[in-house]
Amino acid sequence: MALKTEPFILNVGPQHPSTHGVFRMRVTLDGEVVVDVEPVIGYLHRGIEKLAESRTYTQIIPLTDRLDYLASMTNNFGYVLAVEKLAGIKAPERAEYLRIIMAELMRISSHLMAVGFFLNDLGAMMTPVLYMWREREKIMDLFEMVCGQRLTYNYMRIGGVSHDIPEEFLPALKRFIAEMPKFIDEYEQLLSENEILLARTKGVGVLPREMAINIGASGPVLRASGVKWDIRKADPYSIYDRFDFEVPVGTIGDCYDRYWVRIQEMRQSVRIVEQAIKQLPRGEICARVAQPLRLPAGEVYGHIEAPKGELGFYLVSDNSIAPYRFHVRPPTLINLTALKDMVVGWKIADLIVIFGSIDVCLGEIDR
Amino acid sequence: MTISLDCERVAKRLSQEFPGSVLAVEKPAIVLEIERLREVAEFLKTSPEFELDYLANLTAVDYLDYFEVVYHLVSLTHNHGLMLKVRCYERTKPMVPSVVDVWRAADFQEREVYDLMGIVFKGHPNLKRLFLWEGFEGHPLRKDYL
Amino acid sequence: MEIEGWELAGSGIHIIDVMEGQKIEELKLASQRAIPDPDDWLEAEVRRNVLLTTVDYAVNWARSRSIFPLMFGLACCAFEMIAAAASRFDIARFGMDIFRWSPRQADLMIVAGTITWKMAPAVKLIYEQMAEPKWVIAMGACAISGGTFRESYSVVPGLNRIVPVDVYVPGCPPRPEGLIYGIRLIHQKIMSESIKKR
Repeated sequence: MALKTEPFILNVGPQHPSTHGVFRMRVTLDGEVVVDVEPVIGYLHRGIEKLAESRTYTQIIPLTDRLDYLASMTNNFGYVLAVEKLAGIKAPERAEYLRIIMAELMRISSHLMAVGFFLNDLGAMMTPVLYMWREREKIMDLFEMVCGQRLTYNYMRIGGVSHDIPEEFLPALKRFIAEMPKFIDEYEQLLSENEILLARTKGVGVLPREMAINIGASGPVLRASGVKWDIRKADPYSIYDRFDFEVPVGTIGDCYDRYWVRIQEMRQSVRIVEQAIKQLPRGEICARVAQPLRLPAGEVYGHIEAPKGELGFYLVSDNSIAPYRFHVRPPTLINLTALKDMVVGWKIADLIVIFGSIDVCLGEIDR
Repeated sequence: MTISLDCERVAKRLSQEFPGSVLAVEKPAIVLEIERLREVAEFLKTSPEFELDYLANLTAVDYLDYFEVVYHLVSLTHNHGLMLKVRCYERTKPMVPSVVDVWRAADFQEREVYDLMGIVFKGHPNLKRLFLWEGFEGHPLRKDYL
Repeated sequence: MEIEGWELAGSGIHIIDVMEGQKIEELKLASQRAIPDPDDWLEAEVRRNVLLTTVDYAVNWARSRSIFPLMFGLACCAFEMIAAAASRFDIARFGMDIFRWSPRQADLMIVAGTITWKMAPAVKLIYEQMAEPKWVIAMGACAISGGTFRESYSVVPGLNRIVPVDVYVPGCPPRPEGLIYGIRLIHQKIMSESIKKR
């Protein structure tokens, strides 16, 4: 006698412990095995692209902060680089070095959060998050010394940065950079050989290399699948070509590879900051720019390597003080295109783990 | 350094393969004829001299006379890039062929353009609203909204 | 809207989308005015001297020192809320160490982040699922009044359009110390209540 079964639609709703924000999935289950997944987004759609059409170019900088709110410095950086590319403004040397230091510190902070919440999804509750939060609080203190804010910094300006670093910043930064490799070793010692982590993430949620390129994935998701593509090396912006760092690449593209790539990227970011501190020159921090800024008519696409992937800004200008069209290329929305292929066939507990390893941030997906 | 391919040269090559597909060359982009978009896309993806296998960005702009859909393409192996544009002069029911089966990266981005601008992509398997709810009237990013 | 040459995919799921869209439009039409704040606690001095009995005092002390907050982090403010719960700005010392994820087990809803019309029915549903007595904190500029996104077509201009709010914590995002001050105000509010009124 055969048992009759029916598929069951479960709503992993917008308010859920592990959806990393207001993300909803309609999951069709056959028992515990996932058969179909449909992501529903838009719960944080604030209309940033439409709002930007009625603000001046400098007033858009706080709007870009709130896109990927865990990595505000790199959002600012990408936008400001796109505007400078169209306007032909060059930032002074000291400003470039300060921007790179802030961007790499931001990358460390964002990856700490990504790894911490990934382990939270695996079931390690809040313990890894609290360990990594310890380092993140130190980074947030450094940022607060410079610009007074802990989360949405609004630090970069068109032509440079807004504030110079105070005298207590460099000693504190040097202390932090000296201790950070020890802390990354501590995380690796606790986590990388952990049996539960290996059993639940090795071979789970594989994203094959060809599919990763076809869906336009970028950032750690693309590099974990074996593609060596990092915009800091392939299309260098600002002064990244003066620094010596490596790009970690994974092998098969499962959850463990994505976690491993993020840990290694933190080590490389520490290297870049060490080199930048040694080469930091004196000088101006912002070029003289007419206010309100008028850009020449035309269009530009500027992209950077944000912690979550390739963040691009497409600007169309018609020679007025506000942009005609402002579009953000969100890395995490495009990384999610293959969610269904990665998840089908696994159980519902694996669905949470796979989704956590992609590391989304809803502010950027929904804009 | 990602090199931007020279538009004149690419346009000449495309006119050889698909005569009549290139409407204009406006640096830094090539403007294509709407109906020929799909075959040009397949050619650019598979031919060994271009191999543009990575769709970096797909977006649309509302110039008041026409809608313009913009594609940014990159080749990961050769490290060069290209920009394509398609113009649609219909205001009430703009239709553009979809490139989802060439580059799957276009899936969510085309749904977003449909949601916010109202451009319909023919051949998209799942063209529903992405950010706004069903029952929302209008397409917010058009210049005549609000 | 009729579109030729294209058919809807997965028509079963499409009906769910249409029903949810109707619910959102109805809620939008019904929330045109702000719900007035329940500020009958502002004359706390008078009430504490005249009406508070020892039973009231004991019950209020127990209620205020062990509130279970509901984690309702929507956007950037959520991370300052988590920072308030982390080891540096510990709110476990105020009795609130476990953030409940289920509204049935929570007393205090801290809404942190921008609320959009698409999310509004879910906020209202979760508020109604909480058991009395319950309190609401609106954290951050976006929850108070729509914040920097107020003119947008899809943002609710303030949480008090949908649910009644007790304490507003301003900031973008407010520092964890600011949130802790807001929580202390909730404690004061609870201390000045009487079980006869609830």
